[in-house]
Amino acid sequence: MTKAADKTMAPAVTRDVTLRIGGESGEGIVTTGEVLARIAAYAGLEVYTLRTIPAEIKGGHVMFQMRVGSEPVHSEGDALDILLAFNQEAYDKHHRELRAGGILIYDNNELTPPAIAGEIQYALPLTSLAKGIDFFRGKNIVAIGALVKIFGLPYDKAKAVVERQLGRRGADLLAKNLQALEVGYTYAEQNITKEAPYNLGVPEGERGADHRLVMSGNQALAIGALAAGCTFYAGYPITPASDIMEFLAAELPKVGGTLIQAEDEMAALGMAMGASYAGARAMTATSGPGLDLMIELLGHASMTETPVVIVDVQRAGPSTGMPTKTSQGDLFLAVYGGHDDFPRLVVAPLSVEDCFYAAVDAFNLAEKYQMPVIILSDFALSNRVETIPSFDMSRVQRVQRLLWTASGDGDNSYRRYRVTESGISPMSLPGMVGGSYTAEGLEHDETGAPGYDPELHTTMMEKRFRKVRTAADEIRTWPHAIWRYGHPEPEVGIVGWGSTAGPAREAIDRALADGMKVAAFFPRFLSPLPEAELSAFVAPLKAVIVPELNYRGQLADIIQGRFCMQIHRLNKFTGQAFTAGEIYRKIAAVYSEWVVPTSA
Amino acid sequence: MPDRVVHEPTTKVYTASDYKSNVKPIWCPGCGDFGVLSSFYKALADLGIPPEQAVIASGIGCSGRFPAFVEAYGFHGVHGRALPLATGIKMANPSLYVCAVGGDGDAFSIGGGHVPHAARRNIDITYIVMDNQIYGLTKGQPSPTSPLGMEKKASPYGSIEAPLNPILMALAYNASFVARGFSAKPKEVVELMKMALLHKGFAFLQIISPCVTFNDTYEHFKQITLPLPADHDVTDRSRAMTLALDEQNMYLGVFYKVERPSYVTSVRAVRSKASGGAQFDLEKIIARYRT
Repeated sequence: MTKAADKTMAPAVTRDVTLRIGGESGEGIVTTGEVLARIAAYAGLEVYTLRTIPAEIKGGHVMFQMRVGSEPVHSEGDALDILLAFNQEAYDKHHRELRAGGILIYDNNELTPPAIAGEIQYALPLTSLAKGIDFFRGKNIVAIGALVKIFGLPYDKAKAVVERQLGRRGADLLAKNLQALEVGYTYAEQNITKEAPYNLGVPEGERGADHRLVMSGNQALAIGALAAGCTFYAGYPITPASDIMEFLAAELPKVGGTLIQAEDEMAALGMAMGASYAGARAMTATSGPGLDLMIELLGHASMTETPVVIVDVQRAGPSTGMPTKTSQGDLFLAVYGGHDDFPRLVVAPLSVEDCFYAAVDAFNLAEKYQMPVIILSDFALSNRVETIPSFDMSRVQRVQRLLWTASGDGDNSYRRYRVTESGISPMSLPGMVGGSYTAEGLEHDETGAPGYDPELHTTMMEKRFRKVRTAADEIRTWPHAIWRYGHPEPEVGIVGWGSTAGPAREAIDRALADGMKVAAFFPRFLSPLPEAELSAFVAPLKAVIVPELNYRGQLADIIQGRFCMQIHRLNKFTGQAFTAGEIYRKIAAVYSEWVVPTSA
Repeated sequence: MPDRVVHEPTTKVYTASDYKSNVKPIWCPGCGDFGVLSSFYKALADLGIPPEQAVIASGIGCSGRFPAFVEAYGFHGVHGRALPLATGIKMANPSLYVCAVGGDGDAFSIGGGHVPHAARRNIDITYIVMDNQIYGLTKGQPSPTSPLGMEKKASPYGSIEAPLNPILMALAYNASFVARGFSAKPKEVVELMKMALLHKGFAFLQIISPCVTFNDTYEHFKQITLPLPADHDVTDRSRAMTLALDEQNMYLGVFYKVERPSYVTSVRAVRSKASGGAQFDLEKIIARYRT
């Protein structure tokens, strides 16, 4: 069952299949995909999903893509092996991406596609099958039943998932859904006589304890916040960050915490800062437009040395842009946004799994260094469901902020912004006798009293920025601060950030298989950048590629500025994530030009 | 954490000077805000609130400097964001007495979007708005409460935007405590502040606080202010609105005061509903996602 090699592609390193489902919003396309993804996951396979949501509130075209493999999969897949078209529009939109020799599955009540040489076509009368059991809405479940048979997935797992996912909607409806599942399965069993080339080869018999999870980046991030001890969240609804708020709305009250749906993003960050000032571990989440609005308060949090975590689930801009499309366009905003200079830390999770650890790290760093920490996630990470390893709880420690104690101060007058070697000053909390002070957005002396002396401003500016140096020294010692992958002595390097890591990893696997000496260097922390390590990585390279989902090449600009080096930029700004093939082709092109130059 | 407790003055007797910080006010001599500040010291002392139990959040403007002059916890915020800060502080530690202070620009212009929501939530804080009907710190531009026709550098032909009516707005937003004082009448202001601080819910207190430098209105307000009718029923919202609409007389005192569950109370109810008394278990949440 190795994947038939596309001539334009290097051989895939994993046995895997990419399936896309297209249809009209309201037909249950996403449910179909999510249920199918879970069936595959529960059957022991690895799953990576992708979806597009129409901009329309109701109606419009919906697409769900799922890549399934027997080994972990790290990107969405380069070409489609299977297309399931619920209607003509789905066929028109996606058929060109179906690879030669792929499988088209279609609802033959809705469309009649032309026969294409080499293409396997399975007609499923989804609409009439659903109508046959008087359950028109259930045609997506009929489709699931048929796909379970075509993929050779275990029927008992399928039943269990449908019960688990759809059982909450009542016993009658569940019975209907199970009937639809069976109808679809039986139809495929009796009518699809050709040997399906994508029997996924599910392991037979009892499987051992499975430690994997199936979840989205936003779910992983919200669970990470809970693991980190978050007790306060305020946020304003925005796509694609809202489901973090919805998740925490259900869970935070259970830990005695508070969740406030704020009136706007300034209120959201202001509330989080107020709560943190009074001792809570506080967070807000938004997307680019919301982070724009928060920037004044971001500087204020840094100036007042208030710990706070801000999640930016990036979406394509500028302005309102494309709210349901992905992007890595907010790096400058996160790292540099604001008037004049102030320290902040920025962490960019590399994967759905890493969203959990990024949340834990962000809380601990915010508390320890008393400053805002921004988590840069993105649309693709936020909502795609995939299989991930279970969280390693040994990586979860709750670092507490340095609290002031009356006895430890040496004298009676508490100095909130005491100038220290590390830059970190002991913090009092309202209620502590003798610890009162005013958190001050004006430049201030050690006690917090406003002051504009040139020497004072210099001293305090340096004190605040010293915390970043101290943080950099600590982060450097962390085993997970940088993700490195590939050849130990590379000639071409990929420097990137965030969710680009997944496709970069698969691109490197293909390049290594082709004999290219390539490696990746992905700092999880973009502020402060690990300059010494990055410098050491790039020094021996013949060429550096920076793939980014933005127009300008924001990380490329930063690196070029700091290291005065030539960068081979790979910028994609279509609103979609990279495929491994796109990065692979860039590696191959750069490699042939800079490492094995063709003689002139 | 427990809800704020009323401290018995008998345990320790506080005087106004206990709340005076080492930072010297930067306001102009004669500024109405001095009257508000000394009334605030007195109100805290009368209620016996320990300095460490009081928190004052502010925004920007002359009023924004207020927290630094009080020996208590303070948070000098950015322009217009005193209410969000105060809301977060109160929810993180409900045992505190939390105040937000602002001027008419901070409260009704740049921060105007927060007032209705603080009122809707009935967040248990006191909001003191020092209204001088002018932007003083930026040297005299018309504000949202400036009268029509006011001639200033930014309105050389007279202001053409009608003033807001803060009391009417607070009543429309259904704040559970709405009152007005005048800084030239500090004894009344002290009493209003004490009522506001003890009110369980969002207490909105407008204090007329003239700007002697750019908009000296002391004489004007001395002439038009008078106490609310003695028979005014503070639970009668529509009567309160009618009194707030009076343009000839500017009434001082408590317009409206009702008891409603505060945000702290409501959030606590949500917590018990959510947990059902069960111990929080992160592993249970993660287990929902296991294959």
